[in-house]
Amino acid sequence: MAAVNPDNQGLRLAVRYAVLILIALIFIGPILFMVMSSFKPDLQLLQDTSSLRAFLPVGDLSLENYREAFQRAPVRLFVINSVIVTGATVVLSLIVCSLAAFSFVYLDWKGRDVILSVILATLIIPFETIAIPLLLLVSKLPWIGLEGFEIGWLNSYRVQIIPWIADGLTIFLFVQYFKSLPGELIEASRVEGATWFQIYMRVVMPLSGPVLATAAILKFLVMYNQYLWPLIVVQQEQYRPVMVGLQYFFQLNTAWGEIMAYLTLITVPVLGFYLVLQRAFIASIASTGVKG
Amino acid sequence: MRMMKLTAGALVAYAALGGTAAMAQTELTMWYHGAGNEVELTLINQLIDDFNASQSDWSVSIESFPQESYNDSVVAAALAGNLPDIIDVDGPVMPNWAWSGYMQPLTIDESLIEDFLPGTKGIWDGQLYSIGLWDAAVALVTRQSTLDALGLRTPTLEEPWNLEEFMAALEAAKASGDYEYAFDPGMAWTGEWYPYAFSPFLQSFGGDLVDRSTYQSADGVLNGEAAIAFGEWWQSLFAEGYAPGTSQDPADRDTGLIDGKYAFSWNGNWAALGALAAHEDTLFLPAPDFGNGSVIGAASWQFGISSTSEHPEGAAAFIEFALQDEYLAAFSNGIGLIPATPSAAAMTENYAEGGAMSVFFDLSAEQALVRPVTPGYVVAAKVFEKALADIANGADVIDTLDAAVDEIDADIESNSGYGH
Repeated sequence: MAAVNPDNQGLRLAVRYAVLILIALIFIGPILFMVMSSFKPDLQLLQDTSSLRAFLPVGDLSLENYREAFQRAPVRLFVINSVIVTGATVVLSLIVCSLAAFSFVYLDWKGRDVILSVILATLIIPFETIAIPLLLLVSKLPWIGLEGFEIGWLNSYRVQIIPWIADGLTIFLFVQYFKSLPGELIEASRVEGATWFQIYMRVVMPLSGPVLATAAILKFLVMYNQYLWPLIVVQQEQYRPVMVGLQYFFQLNTAWGEIMAYLTLITVPVLGFYLVLQRAFIASIASTGVKG
Repeated sequence: MRMMKLTAGALVAYAALGGTAAMAQTELTMWYHGAGNEVELTLINQLIDDFNASQSDWSVSIESFPQESYNDSVVAAALAGNLPDIIDVDGPVMPNWAWSGYMQPLTIDESLIEDFLPGTKGIWDGQLYSIGLWDAAVALVTRQSTLDALGLRTPTLEEPWNLEEFMAALEAAKASGDYEYAFDPGMAWTGEWYPYAFSPFLQSFGGDLVDRSTYQSADGVLNGEAAIAFGEWWQSLFAEGYAPGTSQDPADRDTGLIDGKYAFSWNGNWAALGALAAHEDTLFLPAPDFGNGSVIGAASWQFGISSTSEHPEGAAAFIEFALQDEYLAAFSNGIGLIPATPSAAAMTENYAEGGAMSVFFDLSAEQALVRPVTPGYVVAAKVFEKALADIANGADVIDTLDAAVDEIDADIESNSGYGH
């Protein structure tokens, strides 16, 4: 039996760590650049881009870009709007899509497979192709709210939320996950006399933490990064989300430092949301093979 | 009881005075492209406040949009039937919006705009649709010390550089070894900058984006002899190392001339104050004459009335109010653009006789040519942008221009001639 050469093993470990660190730097680099640049005046920021100084907290650092960013655009309003729209859509999407998936996996009804196929087929349709028809539709839809009956959903939160609640990818994720759950659990619950809704609430959903986290994170990213849809359906500043707000910073003489400050500010909720759910997200990837 | 009587009395008094005055004003909505520009918003809000206080019939309320996405927002709103009363529109885009039915003719007292720079008047199909409070102009920016060091004469409006002189200037700058590039046309600024800034070069060679006599084809003007000469000259700027290409760092575009990386820069009046602040001997030279006269672009943002406005007379009243020299000068002082009239220019800090940027008023008055006044311009502009980028990157000049002509002509045909 050949003895393991400790030098070779150490070298292999060192190479492995070097590669991992390099990969980590490639991913962390842009975020580091963004955060560091947000503290630098424009001239220094542009000069630093040609060296490693761009990633380091060196030179004339201040919070001036943040102060200017808050002055140029209603940053708080945009973040609050995005959090409201994203939060509401994520919650409603998890409920609606999991219920739909439950129906597709566990209930036996006519046309089930055809409808599931149609829903999955929507995955290949780019949103841009349906944006205008959808715009025309929502601009004519009725609504009854606190202010009474009105026609048209434009300039509201609902127009940014409701069309995005149900989507093929989220339903597909739940379908795949529900299929992996042991069928005996469902059969046993039926034998015990549980209704389908009780099985959904008390058996299936408590076991669905990983897929809930995955679906929530994917939906969160889609909704938080929304640009085209709010651009065409929202004409009032009070409902604009963060990505449309980014356009406030592109003037004739672009203020790069302010852009970096704004990007840093709007990245915080995304990082926070991911950090809260990352354990379940990784568990989901490991168990279902779904990649985000 | 006494308190109740007082309150009731106050309410009656409010209704009789301020309340009724406010109720009598019909609300007009206005969209503006200046979100994110604090100075511009302050100016436009002041204008609106002054108008609202000046009369009792109309009250304008504003909604601001980021400039980068403004056009998309307007087009989407037009589709959804949700346009405001007053819109602002970029000059070259106006014919498209008028033709598409988003705008209606602007009925104002035209004696008010007799003295306005030509580029500020948005005329389509023989009718005024929009009017601007300012114009923009570009110039060949350099420094007196650069001209002196290279032994070059200073070109004037009356006697601009011709093609040979311009190329000799670039060659001298290149040969000096003092600059990374002799000339910065601004390749890093994509989008409307390309047709706005570079189509005047084509026009000075004798070509154009489209045949303006009929507006039915680009054949012969975008791929004729003059256009091919332009294309070959354009390609030589990059092939022979006079100018940075399409991969130019945007940071260099912003500060390259100031930092001494470029000897000459093709840039607008909006960047002039920054250049002057960096170097007192900054010069703004007229466009070279490439054989068919010196030409620069014209037309900036303008005010117009949407086709769905139920109160065009109110919208027109607001626009007439905005045309006062006082506001033209205020916008110019605030955002550096060229005031639309000589009398307003005289009221400004920079465009008055002897002012640091007064040369831009003369350039705008003498050399400006509006981009083709046709609804098809929005497509032709994008085709032209792509063609120029391709030629700069080494594509065959004739093939590229022929392909551009085909694309523009196909678009005109598929839109039944755009109503010309």
